[in-house]
Amino acid sequence: MKEAEIRRLLAANLLCVFSIILTAVVPAFFWDGFTVLGTHLAWLCICSVCVSALNIILHLVLKTNLSPKRSSFAHKISRFLKCCIYFFMSCILFHAIIVLYGAPLIESVTETFLFAVLLSTFTTLQCLCMLGPNIQAWIRVFSKNGAMSIWESSLQITTMCSILGAWFGAFPIPLDWDRPWQVWPISCSLGATFGYMAGLVIAPLWIYWNRKQLTYKSR
Amino acid sequence: MQRWPVLLFLAWVCFLFFAGIGLFMSGFLLTRIELASSSSCSDPLVPPPWERQSLPPGSCWAPQRFSKAVLVIIDALRFEFARFNTAKASPLPYENKLSVLHHLATSQPRHARLYRFRADPPTATMQRIKGLTTGSLPTFIDVGSNFATYAIQEDNLLAQLVQNGRRVVFMGDDTWEGLFPKKFFRSYFFPSFNVKDLHTVDDGILQHLYPTVDSGEWDVLIAHFLGVDHCGHKHGPDHPEMAKKLTQMNEMLRSLVDHLGNDTLLLVAGDHGMTETGDHGGDSEKEVNAALFVYSKTPLFGTGPPEEPEVVPQVNLVPTVALLLGVPIPYSNIGEVMAELFSGDGDAVSAALQQLSVYHINAKQVDRFLHSYSLVAQDLPAEQLQRLQELFSSAVEEHTRLLAQVQGATLVPLELESRLGSLIGRFQLYLREARALCTQSWARFHPLRMVGGCTLIAASCLLCYVASELAAASDSFYRSCLLYPLLWGLVVAVLLGLAHAFTQEGLDLLIVSSWAAAASQLGFFWHWWSRHPKRARLAGSQPPLASVGLRQRLRAWLGLAFPMGILLFRCGAMFSDSFVVAEARVAPFLLASLVMLLVGKLHWDGRLTAPEGPKQQLLGFSSYRREIWYLLCLVAMLLVCVRLSSFFHQCREEIPQCRPSLFLSPLASLRNTRAKNLFYLLCVALLAGLVYAVRSWLRHYGNLNSSDPLVLFVRWGFPLVVLCIACYWAVASSADDSLGKLQELVQVAVVAFPWAVYGLASVGLLLLLCNPMTVFAKDTRESAGSIVTPYLGVPSSEVDFLHVIPQIYKRMQESQKSRLERGSCKATVAAYGLGSVYSAALVIALTLLGFLLMLLHSERLSLAFLLLFLEAFMLLHIHTRAKGLAGDAEPFSVPWYAVISWLLAASQFFYSTGHQPIFPAIHWNAAFVGFHLDHSTNLLPAVLVGANTFASHILFAVGCPLLLLWPFVCEMPSSQKRKPKKEPREEPQEMEEHMMEMRLRESPEKFSAALLQLGLKYLFVLGTQLLACVCAAMILRRHLMVWKVFAPKFLFESLGFVVSSICLLLGISLVMRVDCAVSTWFSQLQLSSYTGKVEVMLESLLGSRAFFPSKNPRNRQVGSTHSPDSVASGPLRSSGPMPRVQPCVPPLAALVPPADLAGGCVVPSAREAAGQGSLRY
Repeated sequence: MKEAEIRRLLAANLLCVFSIILTAVVPAFFWDGFTVLGTHLAWLCICSVCVSALNIILHLVLKTNLSPKRSSFAHKISRFLKCCIYFFMSCILFHAIIVLYGAPLIESVTETFLFAVLLSTFTTLQCLCMLGPNIQAWIRVFSKNGAMSIWESSLQITTMCSILGAWFGAFPIPLDWDRPWQVWPISCSLGATFGYMAGLVIAPLWIYWNRKQLTYKSR
Repeated sequence: MQRWPVLLFLAWVCFLFFAGIGLFMSGFLLTRIELASSSSCSDPLVPPPWERQSLPPGSCWAPQRFSKAVLVIIDALRFEFARFNTAKASPLPYENKLSVLHHLATSQPRHARLYRFRADPPTATMQRIKGLTTGSLPTFIDVGSNFATYAIQEDNLLAQLVQNGRRVVFMGDDTWEGLFPKKFFRSYFFPSFNVKDLHTVDDGILQHLYPTVDSGEWDVLIAHFLGVDHCGHKHGPDHPEMAKKLTQMNEMLRSLVDHLGNDTLLLVAGDHGMTETGDHGGDSEKEVNAALFVYSKTPLFGTGPPEEPEVVPQVNLVPTVALLLGVPIPYSNIGEVMAELFSGDGDAVSAALQQLSVYHINAKQVDRFLHSYSLVAQDLPAEQLQRLQELFSSAVEEHTRLLAQVQGATLVPLELESRLGSLIGRFQLYLREARALCTQSWARFHPLRMVGGCTLIAASCLLCYVASELAAASDSFYRSCLLYPLLWGLVVAVLLGLAHAFTQEGLDLLIVSSWAAAASQLGFFWHWWSRHPKRARLAGSQPPLASVGLRQRLRAWLGLAFPMGILLFRCGAMFSDSFVVAEARVAPFLLASLVMLLVGKLHWDGRLTAPEGPKQQLLGFSSYRREIWYLLCLVAMLLVCVRLSSFFHQCREEIPQCRPSLFLSPLASLRNTRAKNLFYLLCVALLAGLVYAVRSWLRHYGNLNSSDPLVLFVRWGFPLVVLCIACYWAVASSADDSLGKLQELVQVAVVAFPWAVYGLASVGLLLLLCNPMTVFAKDTRESAGSIVTPYLGVPSSEVDFLHVIPQIYKRMQESQKSRLERGSCKATVAAYGLGSVYSAALVIALTLLGFLLMLLHSERLSLAFLLLFLEAFMLLHIHTRAKGLAGDAEPFSVPWYAVISWLLAASQFFYSTGHQPIFPAIHWNAAFVGFHLDHSTNLLPAVLVGANTFASHILFAVGCPLLLLWPFVCEMPSSQKRKPKKEPREEPQEMEEHMMEMRLRESPEKFSAALLQLGLKYLFVLGTQLLACVCAAMILRRHLMVWKVFAPKFLFESLGFVVSSICLLLGISLVMRVDCAVSTWFSQLQLSSYTGKVEVMLESLLGSRAFFPSKNPRNRQVGSTHSPDSVASGPLRSSGPMPRVQPCVPPLAALVPPADLAGGCVVPSAREAAGQGSLRY
């Protein structure tokens, strides 16, 4: 059971990684002059949209949500709206935090906001898909021994890796190498993406290695 | 409490660091050996005999071309100032103002020429004067002696002129007086130091210039104008004032040219340029690019000027002027003659021959210098010297051969011309390569000293860490870790001293102190190691514990990785020049990350959620503790503070797109009156707000109730200080010429107000030292009947009035008590503010220091200071919260993250008060706050500028003990709330938690150990940063950016370390002083009260809540065995923010602290406190 679950997780995660790679490669065929660095904002949009779409589909297909309660259509709609509001709020929150960390306040607002959207896609959207608009559950998942399934462990790992990647992405900005990827927010968004991808790969492996220690208590 | 050992230990650790810094500095900062020899007319390197005969009288080495010369130095005359661009339609204030230069150069192209005059860094005036007269390169450390001008010992142009009987007249900048004492035939010096004074020097020169020129009693006249430079410092180049100044210079030059004779050479030179902000000192393009203009009434040049003005290194002026005036070239010159000035009127061949002869003389002189220099010092690489030598001798051979052929007239003119040209090229090559060699290798390091200094610093860091881990207040600790190492060090120092005495060598204090430091460090580690096995054996005797210990130790190491990782990043950033340049943004980034990580870690560990069962987790946010919101708000506010503080940054020239903050310039430079007034009002309002906040904090904790002189000072002196500062700002920011007749009054006021602030602040600090107690004691004991007055001898009416209220209360209380309680003793002594007595003293000291430092900065930086205080406050609260939430077992130790975040904030505010670790960014203006004219000594301006530069280091270091005290001031209410429900047995501890800072007094040993540990941790973090800087400077000493980035960073960091460590010692000694005072206070209290049961109870405001004993009949039992001695040192029971001493039963409502806490500490409401009381009984 567990092995199969881990295999499913691995497959899903690899699909995500693959889709991110595709977002960097495929648009160049349809759009002359598309590069990840040159038309970074476009790539940010494409990547966010693709990753979120894929994630939603995957979660619908795999049914990773632990409490699949039967609920009315109206309830579903309100849930969906709530999710949208949460996602938007998390974008705003990320934007604020990024600015507080030293991003320009007035110039390049679009870049900062799109970066915040990307980060939200990598973190908040996953939470929304897996846990629904239930902050309490989020708080539980992101604490020690809070994960209750391998999906939640994977969520922990990918979220942390994304944020850590974005954090490390800020490091090359002051260097005087004059590379195109040192421009705000390219290094950070690339860092977040690489962190996310690394998290996606690491999560199944880590769970596999620690499968003896990981005993998820059910509620 | 062991006060002296703690201070001694910290001072010793500081000494270890200082010795390391000194040793490293002596090896790292460049030195060049100055040769004492000087050139003379009869030197054997004179031209060949046939030419010598033709030397006119009064000429040495080469025929004199001009008998007189006028050298006009316009300080900071950038090339752009002198250039005239006719095409420019709307010139900037500094453009197209020196029209006379343009006019002369175009109307008489063979008489006048403009050059780009390339100054060698450092571009400080004194170094430039040295370079302009000796023809040599000053080394890095010379920058430091800019304010104290020392006589030039090397051979120089002025010495040569005087030696050859020329009369040198000087007027202008008095820096020259110090450099060339008694060299001038006549001199008119004017003070140069006050950069705000634009006119004194220039007007003085203009008064004497023309009469002197007309009198003819001179051979060389030097006029050094300072107005342009001072205008740049005060207003920046892009200012109408600069246009006025340059127009004045233009007029001066125009009439000066009219006064000159035909035999006179006129040189107009800038000693350096200036940046866009009017500063100089570094090596950016705008700073090194000065202007040189040459003119004479007889034709100078053979050909017309080139399209683009030629670039001339500054040292080239020295040999040129020397040979033109017919005096020997100074001995140590490495400049190259400007040959086109020697071409004369003849045909091409004779001009080339002339040039060749001066090149020959020049090359011979440089060769002689290099030869004698290489005999004295080995820093010039031998193989390159060898190559230069070969180049030189081949050129000289060719020269002799050619001259022989010329004399024999065996050459066709065409061939001669080409051979002359190539020979001149070879001499030029030689001279240029020689100069490049010197520039390159006058970076002479002492690798051994550098490594030694680095090792000392590293070992000191290790020592700090080790000692902070085992800091304990036991005698054996001090004996083995302080006394013995000190003895080791002393023994070595004495031995070295004796050895020096026997060998009769000069005693190098630095070497001796480094050896002593190394020996004492060895001693420390030796004794530590010998203690170590014992502990290991002890641990080994309990095998089950050992394995647990290992795992715990591993976990502790992992826990340590979180703050230390941030520190590691910070240190790693010192090794990259880009990161050093961007440090103003790196420090806030790391600080924000540290705080966020802290919150994340607390959450991850489940400290933020209530420990209730899983049932409650479903109930929304209720399981989240209420304080978590408070914590998150604090973090958000901290982040906002951090972000806002980045609006006050100064720029470095490495980031060209950077614009310096608008807030850095003084209000006087604002041209918009309305904005000026608004900003002024804002600054004053913020200042008043700061005073209000501090006062309400003190009032909240009851430290404003007493009528001690100190408290009176806080009440009345603080507003007075603010008033003085506001007046000073008003006077200083008013426009210069708007006040007309009041000018004199303004001059007085500009000096008087800062002095008033200095005076008031020092009075305040003195009062703080004399009596740091801000405690108001009220004795309502029946037995004594009189009121305990620790503030003896202040019989003012206010005091009397204050005494009336207690009397009334006493009566009320007595009557109420007698109704409620029977038999027991009923008297109390209420001590207001005892619970925060340590912090109150520190807060008062910090506020006073803050006022002083704000005065030294420009007006609008007070906003940054306000942010500083706010951020420090936030940090303290976050630290307190985090400590409370983490449930630290060790209340007396300050965790690493707190110390690191404190230091990160300190370096963040170094940048946010408008500083950068580069020399041009130093706020020299600070030296003139309160001083109108020149300083008589160098110490005072150095102190003022130093205090300005290291303002944030000072404030944070003095405030460092607050990290220990704050958690006690804001007692943790969370633990109170939860514990009684679950563990009623812990109640005795419960009571102690209300004691605030008196808990520290309860265990004086632990208190002193905690202070020592805090100091050591602080020094460790500071020392690690310093170590990173030192290593970066050492490893990257041949890096391109070493003199621009790493060396200044190292200097600033080490100075910052010195300032911080001294201030840390001062802060800790202030806490010790308060402790002394508290002890005396207790013993006084003891004397006046009867010996028996005494209990200190913390009480809040003097207001209504103080005495309502009737409603709460529950009493607290008091131990009855306290000896009189124990009162002074220990078992004080207290609750609420203010202590009250009482021999017996306190009314319970008096436990209740106020609900509205200015300090932001959440305290239990009255009901809860009452509930506790009931539980206890």
